[in-house]
Amino acid sequence: MSQASPIEKAGGGVATYVDQRVGSNKFLARSLGKVFPDHWSFMLGEIALYSFIVVLITGTFLTFFYKPSMIEVVYDGSYVPLKGILMSEAYASSLDISFDIRGGLLIRQMHHWAALIFIAAMAVHMFRVFFTGAFRKPREFNWLIGVVLVTLGLVAGFSGYSLPDDLLSGTGLQITRGIAQAIPVIGTWATFLLFDGQFPGSDFISRLYSVHILLIPGLILALVTVHLMLVWTQKHTQFPGPGRTNENVVGYPLMPVYMAKAGGFFFIVFGIIALIGGLVTINPIWIFGPFMPDQVSAGSQPDWYMGFLDGALRIMPNWETNLFDWWTISWNVLIPAVIVPGILFTGLALYPFIEAWVTGDKKEHHLLDRPRNNPTRTGFGVMAITFYGLLWIGGGNDVIATSFDLTINSITWFLRIAIFVIPPLMFVLTRRICLGLQRRDRDKLLHGYESGRILRLPHGEFIEVHEPISIKEKAVIMSKTDIAPLPAPERRDAAGVRNKRFHLQNVQHKLSGFFYAENIAKPSAAEIEAAEHHVAHEAALEAPLHDYEDADQINPFHGGVLHHPGMPETNAEQLAERSQH
Amino acid sequence: MKFLAARRRSPLFAPSLLAIALVAVGGAYAAISSAQTAQAADAGQVAIDEGNKLYLTGCSSCHGMQAEGSANGPTLIGVGAASVHFQVATGRMPLAAPGAQAVAKEPQYSADETAQLAAYVASLAPGPAIPTAEQLDYEDADIAEGGVLFRVNCAQCHQAAGQGGALTYGKYAPSLMEATPQQMYEAMVSGPQSMPVFSNGTLPVEEKKAIIAYVSELQVAPNPGGLSLGRVGPVTEGLFLWTAVFAALIGAAVWIGIKAR
Ligand code: HEC
Ligand code: HEC
Ligand code: HEM
Repeated sequence: MSQASPIEKAGGGVATYVDQRVGSNKFLARSLGKVFPDHWSFMLGEIALYSFIVVLITGTFLTFFYKPSMIEVVYDGSYVPLKGILMSEAYASSLDISFDIRGGLLIRQMHHWAALIFIAAMAVHMFRVFFTGAFRKPREFNWLIGVVLVTLGLVAGFSGYSLPDDLLSGTGLQITRGIAQAIPVIGTWATFLLFDGQFPGSDFISRLYSVHILLIPGLILALVTVHLMLVWTQKHTQFPGPGRTNENVVGYPLMPVYMAKAGGFFFIVFGIIALIGGLVTINPIWIFGPFMPDQVSAGSQPDWYMGFLDGALRIMPNWETNLFDWWTISWNVLIPAVIVPGILFTGLALYPFIEAWVTGDKKEHHLLDRPRNNPTRTGFGVMAITFYGLLWIGGGNDVIATSFDLTINSITWFLRIAIFVIPPLMFVLTRRICLGLQRRDRDKLLHGYESGRILRLPHGEFIEVHEPISIKEKAVIMSKTDIAPLPAPERRDAAGVRNKRFHLQNVQHKLSGFFYAENIAKPSAAEIEAAEHHVAHEAALEAPLHDYEDADQINPFHGGVLHHPGMPETNAEQLAERSQH
Repeated sequence: MKFLAARRRSPLFAPSLLAIALVAVGGAYAAISSAQTAQAADAGQVAIDEGNKLYLTGCSSCHGMQAEGSANGPTLIGVGAASVHFQVATGRMPLAAPGAQAVAKEPQYSADETAQLAAYVASLAPGPAIPTAEQLDYEDADIAEGGVLFRVNCAQCHQAAGQGGALTYGKYAPSLMEATPQQMYEAMVSGPQSMPVFSNGTLPVEEKKAIIAYVSELQVAPNPGGLSLGRVGPVTEGLFLWTAVFAALIGAAVWIGIKAR
């Protein structure tokens, strides 16, 4: 862009104003004029950011009234069905926030909804980053930071869920303790350390409180800052389109367009959270009652983000190994609650590095992949989400059983088999669909798109009018980079020296073949040129048909059919005429 | 009257007159009251007979001609009137179709007929009786204590908010949101199907009243937080989040992301 737009001028104006007072010209000029690409899916990270801000604001309000203490008190608030009951001060103060502090329930519910949205938005943002390949070089670190943020988000949410010390949260803690105990060797020890003795002990809530309001939010805040700074310095990726390359960024300047949009979006997110916080109940702790170790409610579930763990626990067969009557390994807890999530999160963290190694791709990428253009990656993503989703269903098995008249046992057995069958099936299916879409893209480039208008030629032949695709679409399709699978390694090089890394390279070769061998290459320049000729030729053949002004329209909805009384009737005549033009 | 006038002065006169009067009154009372019990006994017998007739047509195919049980249903000897009233008034009996558990439906018998069936089964052997009005009077019961008792004894099956929950093999503890105080009491004393019996030994009448008071409170309790989402906890909350809330958020993102034209 050679001419500064009014927008850029405005940005520059602000920069000048601030600079004259702060003296930071270069930085601000560079920053405020910075260009951000525009796409709705780039707002998903913002949803996470804004809901986190709402969590911080509402959480601060809650700290004014919440008492992190397990001292037993007799409830004397205004919720009658609990009056006179012995409970922890933590639970009593949570009830007070809900019933006796003005606006307390609204803020509590906003806090909880915002927390759920925060984690969900992180997940969806992560999907966006994954399926578009935004994690590729140079953004691997930001991906890693993201994985840590998700993990911290889970801990933040779960520690918050446990603070009110109601029956539901206590049940969750009891399960957590069971999981910690199942860790071999250190389990029992760790739980004693965590709970300061027996469960639930008297210190746990106050410890959890420090973790929940100080440690975790502090870490999240720090990491979000680094995360955003990295987005800043590395610049945002962009989707392919006309004029967009791996070397430029096309979009709006930060000031004022992007700022206005982002600011507006903040208020929308805030508004939505306030609305549901005011209108939709979440975690009605007064109904669950105070936590007592001898009580449990049917249908006790964790919040959504922990549901997959709960589901894994629920569908796991009851396996245990007893070594010499002396040491028990609880596979029934260890596998679903430690090993499976361990693999899931490790895989998530390492994925960018694994993919780069497998494909031998060492280039920088600032142009996003369309999910279809990397069918194997997209397949993996869908597979992982399916696996997670099935575990999630397991977590709600009792509610599903009563709602749909099924038996818990059949759901459990279905899931035990399904988690091994359905995710791979989804992988294959997704990959097929992606390759199909690639094939269609190629066809579009070569033959144009099917306009849906059918022409019937005078002798009865039908042709569908193909029209060339738009410049934008062509640019999008042509943005695809075809990556060839790595070649098979040689056992010995030309000089006859043994290749020491043969086996590793062979694995790499096989895996990259798995990634790219079936790729539908986009057409070469020569092919496109030939195709353009062909389309032009066809258009020329059809052209005379459009000359008959009084042609009959046979089907007005699905394109016109051209027929004229004076036109040749037989095939032979028709063909003769066509070849004359 | 001379005779009487002469005896009147006798020291025995007054006592003997009193004795005669007492005997007369007592005798008359005895006669009348025994006639009343006889009448009551007759009425009870009628109910039992009517109940027997209803039983033979509606229930004997499964529970046997003498309620001794059959391959299709357990014996009813000793289950008591409470059990019969509960099963019939909630429409569970007569059993419509074999399944994991008898399902509550529209009752098939009128209140009178139900009482007659109950009377018939109660006549076979003693068992838990239909609760009296006094046993169901929970006006003064302590709701908060009822809440504690409910969470200790009932919530593990019926869920903390009384919304019901799943048991194994398709069995389930139903929602208590429609249960009447009488049904709650009868369910506790008779322990239908997978539900344990809460005899007066384990749960005294006062505690039963407290539980009834608490559940009745839950049935009418408002939702201070807004839409209740069925009070079943995080599952519906998560569903709401991933459908309605995310539709709104992503809708807003798309709207904001559209280029200003
Ligand atoms: C189609 C067979 C069938 C019919 C008809 C039937 N029952 Fe039942 N009944 C059962 C079965 C099976 C059970 C045990 C399992 C259950 O409770 O669902 C049962 C259980 C009961 C119980 C509970 C017993 C206990 O241990 O507390 C009572 C009371 C009862 N029935 C009463 C009746 C009455 C009264 C009728 C007639 C109006 C009747 N049933 C008709 C099959 C039947
Ligand atoms: C072991 C699980 C269990 C426990 C504990 C339990 N119930 Fe039940 N309850 C059930 C089942 C199962 C049924 C359904 C029985 C049927 O359909 O015949 C039921 C039925 C009932 C009903 C009848 C509801 C209707 O649909 O009419 C009431 C009322 C009831 N229970 C109250 C209680 C109360 C009060 C307690 C605590 C004192 C309690 N239950 C404890 C399992 C349980
Ligand atoms: C506290 C939670 C998070 C916040 C507030 C956040 C915020 C953001 C924002 C605002 C952006 C730029 C806009 C966008 O692309 O959406 C961004 C980009 C990015 N985020 Fe996050 N994010 C969070 C968590 C995550 C997670 C969980 C991951 C992945 C595991 C992740 C990986 C990335 C990557 C790789 C980019 C660069 C994307 C690109 O340039 O295309 N982030 N993040």
